[in-house]
Formats: sequence, structure tokens, C-alpha cells
Amino acid sequence: MSLAEKYPQEIEKILAKYPPEHKRSAVMALLYMAQREEGYVSKADKADIAQILDMTTTEISAIVGFYSLYHDEKAGQYRIQVCTDIGCALKGADQYLADLCEKLDVKPGETTEDGLITIEEVKCLAACDKAPMFQVQSPKGIKYHEKMTVDTTMELIEELRKDVQETK
Amino acid sequence: MDYMLLRHRDIPKLNQIDVFMKEDGFEGLKKALKMDTADVTNEVKAAGLRGRGGAGFPAGVKWSFMDNNNWPHYVVANADESEPGTFKDREIMESNPFQFLEGIAIASYAVGANAAYIYLRGEFWEVAHFLDEKIEEMEKAGFLGENIQGTDCSLKIYTHLGAGAYICGEETALLESMEGKRGQPRVRPPFPPSQGLYNKPTVVNNVETLTSVPYIINNGAYGYRKFGTEKSPGTKIFSLSGNVNKPGNYELPLGTTFRELIFTHGGGIPDGKSIKAIMPAGASSSMVVANDEALDTPLTYEDVPNVGGDLGSASVIVVDDSVSLDWLIRKTMDFFHHESCGKCTPCREGSYWMKKLTERIHSGEGTEEDVALLKDVATQMQGTTLCALGEFSTMAVVSSIERFPEDFA
Repeated sequence: MSLAEKYPQEIEKILAKYPPEHKRSAVMALLYMAQREEGYVSKADKADIAQILDMTTTEISAIVGFYSLYHDEKAGQYRIQVCTDIGCALKGADQYLADLCEKLDVKPGETTEDGLITIEEVKCLAACDKAPMFQVQSPKGIKYHEKMTVDTTMELIEELRKDVQETK
Repeated sequence: MDYMLLRHRDIPKLNQIDVFMKEDGFEGLKKALKMDTADVTNEVKAAGLRGRGGAGFPAGVKWSFMDNNNWPHYVVANADESEPGTFKDREIMESNPFQFLEGIAIASYAVGANAAYIYLRGEFWEVAHFLDEKIEEMEKAGFLGENIQGTDCSLKIYTHLGAGAYICGEETALLESMEGKRGQPRVRPPFPPSQGLYNKPTVVNNVETLTSVPYIINNGAYGYRKFGTEKSPGTKIFSLSGNVNKPGNYELPLGTTFRELIFTHGGGIPDGKSIKAIMPAGASSSMVVANDEALDTPLTYEDVPNVGGDLGSASVIVVDDSVSLDWLIRKTMDFFHHESCGKCTPCREGSYWMKKLTERIHSGEGTEEDVALLKDVATQMQGTTLCALGEFSTMAVVSSIERFPEDFA
């Protein structure tokens, strides 16, 4: 099913935010919508969005490539995006990330064996006073987790694993 | 002092509309709606409110530049908050959202806009959804929508999520992004008040700037100027982070010194270490040597340049004496290289080379020539990039090499 068939009302609501002659502005919101189920924007999604907004798929791909919260490849269901930028780094974020990766037996950018968790290193998330911190990007949206330790992170990961098991 | 912006710290549940209304909420908007639009702009001009996103441009002056021969007009709130070290706008939006939205409504009334957008960085996904609820509550209470408070004014406010790009904090890149394109800065002029969103006159203001507006209208320019200095009136939220005991947001009058901020409010440096350097404006800062002269410098737009820095967005990153700056500028260059939008050559190529060089120097394999080359590349970029962000990437690099040569020996 195409996005237009799947989410007609939501698409209409998004388009209503912008002047009809500038519907291209809706591309950001539509890309988030496309990512909701699989966590990435597929080729078919790009074509759907291009059609809805009278754009080319190349233009859509250029936008996906430009912004770091859009992905065109599948990864873990939950992307744990750890900030290692200046503020967090001064508070030991690099070490935190290294320890977390060791515990999960992955490198930054890799996904855990069960396919659930991808660990990523990201730039400043505007929470410098609450380091170490990360956001979890998932089908449910984006959620911040602040003042974390490896232990509290592992607890969170266990919860996420349980959630997925229960939904199955 | 009483808070002007972080009022939620004194008033619990200020993000609930009934609480906000009991605490003089929307009084500024009600008052503005009875004034001439030009008088609203003039009051903000007289208050001397300067752009809190970093550029420090006088907000009222910006409003007065709107082209009245070209309609419709738009107001866009810049909630892209992506400068490393800055985390104030998120606190405002989460905890004092109505004052922010009231500020947007007053600005929109002053410039005759019937539609306003809040451009939030994509990571503020939850904040955007929260604001959507608050906007709806404000509409129901008659402070947004059609015929606000029985006048013939109408205003719709919409949230718009970005998707992870520092460059979109630059106002013309933000507008490009809002138009559904890659966020790359435009060549200026024209400036947004002549041709902004959809090529229509647009005011782009930072969240903190807009949140200051209701206070100004309520208390007048004179009341606002009771805080701060002649050239830097009012209060400012200082985002304090790095090697400091009590990091966080501190709303203080402009003119507070670095020492008061870092030692009195921030509790000083942890683990018995000493302060070495200060980045007063986040990653875009020059590295200020934290000597007594710097520590006793008032945090104002006019004073910080005297010690070789800028106030910018007032995101004060504290660096202690255990940190080697060759490591720190490797971090800043990692950031700027990642965030370079690629539109202009000096930034795209320059940030690439600076990243490579800072990595080599930090790894210990760098030579004296590498340090000289790094400084040379950075200096050559200055004054040649399309937007200020390219230039920002050079600030910490050049100043660290010049002021802390021992870290690069």
C-alpha cells in the first residue's frame, strides 16, 4: 500500500499547515511518517512522497541524505544516539560510549546481534548539562535519556527488549 | 532577582494554561492588541532587546524592516537550538511555553502576520508535540485563531520539525529547510524581512528573544531596561556546561561577570582543578584565556570582545586545566566538518582539512608545519564563507593555537 493510501487523513492534516502552492514544505513531516514503521525511508516511500508533493525522487533522496535523522537503510528497531560533542565529552561521554559498546559487543554504527539496538555517535543534542545522555530514535518517535550510566542504559535496553517480546 | 523568562522555577505548573493565566499570562498580548502595531515595534526597539540566538541583532529593528508592500507576512520562531553548549530554548518551551507562544503572537500582531511557524530541531520531537497541545489550548481560550480577543486579528501557529542539521539555525538555511529543500544558506541580501519564507517578508527570531517580548510590552521598555546595561539591556539565560560543579541554565541580568556565573552560581570547578579556558558562545567561540581579567569581565555584547570572545548565544563552556586544547579543537572540528552544508567551497573544503589536521595533531603525529598549516587554512577561510557558520568553525582553532601554544608544541 502506498503512503497516500495508508495515511490519507494524516497527510491531509500535514499539508494543511502550508499554503497549497507550497506543499513541498510538508516533505520533512512526510519523511518522518514514512520512517515510522521500518525505521528508514524505502525507495517506494520516496516515490510516494515525490508524487504527493510534485517533486522528483532525486530531490527526495537529496533531502534524506542531507538531514541526519532520516535514514535510507534498515538498522536496529531502536537507534541509541549518544552525544559525544564538546559539552558531553568534557563530562566523559567518550568513555561512556566506549564502555557501553563493550558491554553490548558492538562498535558505534553497529547493531546488536538480536537486531534490536543500533548504537550511533551523534552531535550536540542540546542537553549539555545532563551528560552523558542520548536519544532513542524508534518507530515511536524520539525520546531523550539524560544523566545516564552504562548500568541505567543496560536497564533501559532490557526494558526495550521486553517491550518488543511482549508485542510479538 | 525575579525571573523574566524562567518563571516556572518560581511558579509550579506554569505550563498549564489556567496557572499561566492566573500569573498575568497573556496580559502582554491583551495590551499589545490595544496598541498601534508600530507602537508595539517601537516599544521592543526602545527596550533594546537583542537577538538571543547568537547574532545579537536588535529585534525591534528587525521587525521594522518588514516590507509593507509585499504580503502576506510571516513570523518564524527559530527553535533549532543546535549550537554545542546551548540548551536554554528547550527549557523555555517545555516549562514556560505559553509565554513563548504569547511572544510569537505579539510579534505577529506587530508585523501583521496571520501565520507563524516554530521551526524545531528534529530531536525536539516531544517538545513539538507538547507545543501542538499548548497551541490548541491557546486557541480554545481565544488567544489564537480567528478574531483574537474579539479583535479582527487572526493568527495560526504551526510547529515544523527539522531533521538534524546545525546549519538550519542560520536563518536563511532555516527558511530553505522550511520550504522543503536542503538547509543551505541563501546569498544575502535580500534579507528575510524583504524576502523570507516563500519569498515573502519574514521575521525570524530565536525562542528566548520572543519569550522576552511579553515582559517588555507589560512593563514597558523602561521596566525592561532596569536589568542589564545600556547596550545590553535585560536578562539572558546562560547555558553553563563543561567542567563546572553545577551545570545548567541560569537567567541573570546581562552584565553579570564570568566569575559570578561560573563560581557563585555554577559552584566552581570540580575535583580541585583550576579553570583554564572559557568558550563563551558554545563551539563557535574563540577560546578565552580564563585569567582574572576575563573572569571579571561582564557578560555583555560589548564587553566579552575585550577579552577576545563574543557573547553569542551565551552558552558558556568551562574548560579545566586537565584538558589539552588540541583535543578540544579536534572535537569542535569534528562537529563543524559534520555540519558543513557543502554549499560554499571555503567551508566545505576548509572544514575537511581542519578536521584532518586536528586529528593528526591530536594523535601525536603532527609536526610544527601541521600546526602552521592548520592555522593557515583557518585564517584563509575567515571572511570568505557564505554564512557565519563557516567562519565560526575557525574561531576556536585560531585562538587556541595563538593563546595556548604549549598545547600544540
